Amino acid sequence: MHFFLEPGFFSNAPVRTALLLGAVVAAVSAVVGVITVVRSQSFAGHALTDVATAGGSGAYYLGVGALWGFLGGSLAGAGAMELIGVQRVRRRDLATGIVLGAATGLSALFLYLDTTVKATTGATQQILFGSIFSVSSSTIPYVAIFGGLVVLMMAIMRRPLLLTSLSSEIASSQGVRVRMVGVLFMFCLAVSVGLSSIAIGSILSTALLIGPAATALRVARSIAAATFLAIGLGIISTWLGILLAYDSFYWDPSSQGLPVSFFIVAICFVFYVFSGIALSRRRAQETRRPVATDSALSAEGR
Amino acid sequence: MSIDGKGTPPVLEVDGVSVSFGSRNILHNVSFELRAGEFTGLIGSNGVGKTTLLRVILGLQPISTGSVRVLGAPLSKRSRALGYVPQKVLLDPDVPMRARDLVALGLDAHKFGFSRRSATEREKVEEILVAVDAESFADARIGSLSGGEQQRVLIAHALISSPKLLLLDEPLANLDPGSVQEVVALLHRVAKDHGVSILLSAHEMNALLPVMDRIVYVSNGRVASGTTDEVVRSDVLSELYGHHVDVIQLHGRIFVVAEPGTSAEDVPEHPRYQVD
Amino acid sequence: MFTGFMVNAWQVGTIVAVVAGVVGFFVVLRGAAFPAHAIPNGAFAGAAGANLIGLNPLLGLGVFSALAALGIGGLGKRGRPDVATALALVLMLALGAAFLSQSTQYEPEIYSLLFGEILGVSSTQILPTLLLGLASVLAIAVLYRRLLLTSLLPDVAASKGVDPYRVDVMFLLVVGLATTMTVPVVGALLIFSLMIGPPAAARTLTSRPGAALWLSVSFSLLTIWIAIAASYQTNWPVGFYVGVISAAWYLAARTYVRTQSFLVLRRRVI
Repeated sequence: MHFFLEPGFFSNAPVRTALLLGAVVAAVSAVVGVITVVRSQSFAGHALTDVATAGGSGAYYLGVGALWGFLGGSLAGAGAMELIGVQRVRRRDLATGIVLGAATGLSALFLYLDTTVKATTGATQQILFGSIFSVSSSTIPYVAIFGGLVVLMMAIMRRPLLLTSLSSEIASSQGVRVRMVGVLFMFCLAVSVGLSSIAIGSILSTALLIGPAATALRVARSIAAATFLAIGLGIISTWLGILLAYDSFYWDPSSQGLPVSFFIVAICFVFYVFSGIALSRRRAQETRRPVATDSALSAEGR
Repeated sequence: MSIDGKGTPPVLEVDGVSVSFGSRNILHNVSFELRAGEFTGLIGSNGVGKTTLLRVILGLQPISTGSVRVLGAPLSKRSRALGYVPQKVLLDPDVPMRARDLVALGLDAHKFGFSRRSATEREKVEEILVAVDAESFADARIGSLSGGEQQRVLIAHALISSPKLLLLDEPLANLDPGSVQEVVALLHRVAKDHGVSILLSAHEMNALLPVMDRIVYVSNGRVASGTTDEVVRSDVLSELYGHHVDVIQLHGRIFVVAEPGTSAEDVPEHPRYQVD
Repeated sequence: MFTGFMVNAWQVGTIVAVVAGVVGFFVVLRGAAFPAHAIPNGAFAGAAGANLIGLNPLLGLGVFSALAALGIGGLGKRGRPDVATALALVLMLALGAAFLSQSTQYEPEIYSLLFGEILGVSSTQILPTLLLGLASVLAIAVLYRRLLLTSLLPDVAASKGVDPYRVDVMFLLVVGLATTMTVPVVGALLIFSLMIGPPAAARTLTSRPGAALWLSVSFSLLTIWIAIAASYQTNWPVGFYVGVISAAWYLAARTYVRTQSFLVLRRRVI
């Protein structure tokens, strides 16, 4: 057992904080991520992490709490995307790209100022790649409160949101305020991304937003099932990743261990690949079952 | 307001509606009425403004002049008296939703909150699935259904909120001939059984001839409306097109044929019928 | 400002701007902003990896750009393209993080890989940059018609025997090539800004593809020239100016078009 669960894993305070924080962030990301993938807004979801980074590095420079920098950054970014036109599918990528490009420039400036003017070393690495082990436990209440708010909002607006995501035309003909639902969703996405960027860094933020959700959507039978499955997959990946990263310090005494983000992303990706295999098996079975006319035709063609 | 013989207001009154995008006039002084339980075909070739007209009726498209009244009341954006089946809905095979989930959203997608669906609501979903012959694939992923099956699920979705008027944008395009017959028969039955008025846009009228009570014929942004016999006549359509066209009846089918030399784009497409 | 090492900066900056303007035009046309962001980020991981095992960073950049392009294309064929891009991106970045954790690289080096070091370009970098740049522009010229057709009418292209999927992968490889040459100069993150803002502004202003391409290159050149001059004067990072000016082009173009159509409307009303 020792080779898997190294001594001191559960008695280590940073590890306990990481396990708790990782679970909360993974769950919130999964709930938002399922709808993000259904709405094909992965790019916006990822771009907001980079925009949050700009906010975070700005807060570093100004001496404001990093949490507020990350949250403020991603909310401002979401607002800018909305103004340029994220609600129109055709202009969405462009709006996201423009905001992302400008925010990257701001990050460059703030990080430069952080390192030169304030002489804080490690800012670049810390902000971009984050480390779940170095988050202070005082962040947990904030993450829990904002995360809870996001999950609550998503639950309340799940039906209008779902129909809007499938077809905005049908939704508006049925009396759904499509624009308002879109803005509220962007708000949830921005808060969720802001939280996860500070807790686990911007790489992991995207990974946990998209990976478990995309995997779950492939295999689940309903959106609700997909959401719960995504939460489960997200938490498992995070915990397993933390465990492996902790263990990796002991693998080779001379090395410095591998980062948590590497393991968590790798696990998320393995899940996604396996779900793809499961999916193609199921599709193959479905085409063998001659029910609908066109699938019967394709079955004959084989 | 015009009142028909039975004293009920028309389900839909479109009066003098014009729409322009920039300098282009899409619709020009369009007027027609729809009555309860009638099956109306909105016929015209591609790009003459059928979708725009449907969007006007839905309140999704601002108009320059004119008015639209649904059930005698001026158009409000959130009228639940209308059901709508748009032309292209990309139902993604990756989205885990069963046909019945999409139909159920027709009941409550406009509501925020936690409410669970009641037993009566679930029964209603079941009834409507049976009504559109969709019970056999009610638990399949919507993205994996064929075009005709998806069409039926979308019709069920639109019908479940008991609208008085159902708008369908080119529901027959991209269907194989067998599915076309099925969907038309289904819509005809629904109109009669549930007393729903139907306004269905199509670029080809022949499949609708057996069931169509009235026709709204669109060309050059203007319309002519009435029964098929009143509208699909050489003199009426020639005036609408602005040049002479002939209406030819052959084996129970109707063909609108332009004089040689006039632009073929003005005439609804049906070269494949001229062969047989 | 125009002497010594600054001459290198001006020359390399000009090459990078032309390539970004040309490639970026198609990035915007094809709605490929996300892959265009992901590939340079993936390339960054390659540079970190090459550094770790003591290879030329340019080799790492090239290999990982190509891997990112093929990965996005391959995953995207079976699933949602945006999900495929996101996953390929985070996988590359996670590898980059792993490489960095094993190396003893100093922070400024990471920073310059991400945000560029155009003012520190040495004269030995000019020739490789020029050659890779020419290769990218040549590839675009060869693919020009196919790219236009598959971007605008994918179904028509398929009916003419042009496989849109293959064109897509080839295009992503060109983006990878352009990335390889530009990352050491303007950084992994800022080549993206340069590929989006100027072409998007150009496309807003004109509907003729040829004119839009020229405008795109011109805006891109102006962006980098102003950025170099401003960076030299203020000492602030060149990436900051590139990012902000690129976005400003787009906003300015949108505002210009809006006021024009507003004036036209008002004239018609009067």
